[in-house]
Amino acid sequence: MSSAHGSHSGHGEQVGHIVGWPILVATWAALMVFTYITVAATYIDLGSLNLWLAMVIATIKAALVVMYFMHLRYDRPINALVFVISLSALALFLVLAMLDTAHYQQVLIPGYAPGMTPR
Amino acid sequence: MDAQVHPHADAHGAHAHSPHLQHHFDSLEQQFDSGKLGMWLFLATEVLLFAGLFCAYSVYRANHPEIFIYAHQFLDKFWGAVNTGILIASSLTMAWAVRCSQIGKQTGLVICLCLTLLGGVGFLCVKYVEYKAKWEHGLLWASQYNPSHHGEGHDEAAAGDGHEDHSEAPDPSAAHAATPPAEAAAADPAAVTPTVIMTTSAGVVVERSKILPAAMGPMELAPDTTGHDLHGKEPQNVQTFFSIYFMMTGLHGVHVIIGMLAIAWVLIRSLKGHFSPAYFTPVDLVGLYWHLVDLIWIYLFPLLYLIH
Repeated sequence: MSSAHGSHSGHGEQVGHIVGWPILVATWAALMVFTYITVAATYIDLGSLNLWLAMVIATIKAALVVMYFMHLRYDRPINALVFVISLSALALFLVLAMLDTAHYQQVLIPGYAPGMTPR
Repeated sequence: MDAQVHPHADAHGAHAHSPHLQHHFDSLEQQFDSGKLGMWLFLATEVLLFAGLFCAYSVYRANHPEIFIYAHQFLDKFWGAVNTGILIASSLTMAWAVRCSQIGKQTGLVICLCLTLLGGVGFLCVKYVEYKAKWEHGLLWASQYNPSHHGEGHDEAAAGDGHEDHSEAPDPSAAHAATPPAEAAAADPAAVTPTVIMTTSAGVVVERSKILPAAMGPMELAPDTTGHDLHGKEPQNVQTFFSIYFMMTGLHGVHVIIGMLAIAWVLIRSLKGHFSPAYFTPVDLVGLYWHLVDLIWIYLFPLLYLIH
């Protein structure tokens, strides 16, 4: 049986997508470059843009890791769907929490947080 | 076999003798896809686990940006960047290990897994250096927050003078820490003095009132402690930053340890020659886990270390 299907198993038993090593190395190089950029950017004062720039760079890095290191670009779409749903839930939590936080900014007394003071 | 009338006879027959195919799957491909979908579902729960911590971080930073600006100077950007590089490099070797197992290169697989494991060890060593510095300077979570010096100091600057400062007030945080000097100070009759005597890194002894500013008064009377005119002084409730810091990096560190155990398991199996282009699912799934650990650090690094 196994000998009869020897030629077939080369194709039939190979599962998953093989990512070429130049792509892996290129992904690593891009991640290192973006890490350098995000560190360098903290020494430039962009006001509140600093946080957004750092998050945009982090998201680009995360996308590179997910697409090439984690094979999601070549994977079944269902796996990407599961991951995107989890990210959507994360976004939902963050947006709702931040909407609530923004709503209470006006009535906060600066420096006063009784629940956080251990005295 | 060829005479079978079952419509899936060919599909079953072709792989019926594959030693890796569990009987409840039709084909190796279906088995591989099922395992991978299960792993992605698990990774989704991991994202949600960290989502709670990212929410806590966001809400607290939005309410008290001054604490984050003040406290992040105690985190060492250099070590944070080194750890980022280590994790990215170990992600590369992990992805390469998966590739090696897919194309049947046993030696390459073992080497790549060893390098990945080495990356995990390096990450934990750097984490140890960082945690040790925080521990020595009392920069800990919640009630354990009892900094040995305040002001513009930096980890390196404080590491030089090395001497422990003590609180003379009956500070609950000091009592919880249960260090002998703090207990002795609490028993002292002069302990009612509501001041903290501190020695700065420059050796100057300063006395600071422990009576809170009139923060509970109307907003107009309360001193502005939002950090815009603190001039390097410490804002209140810095301990919560360190609670968040230790919770996020600690949970991430636990994931690094679990990932290393999983990689060690895959390494042992690869030394036994268990993996082949037909069966490399454990390598692939452990790789996905390791990349997720990298992914979370990609966000933790700028959020905790690179606050502007």
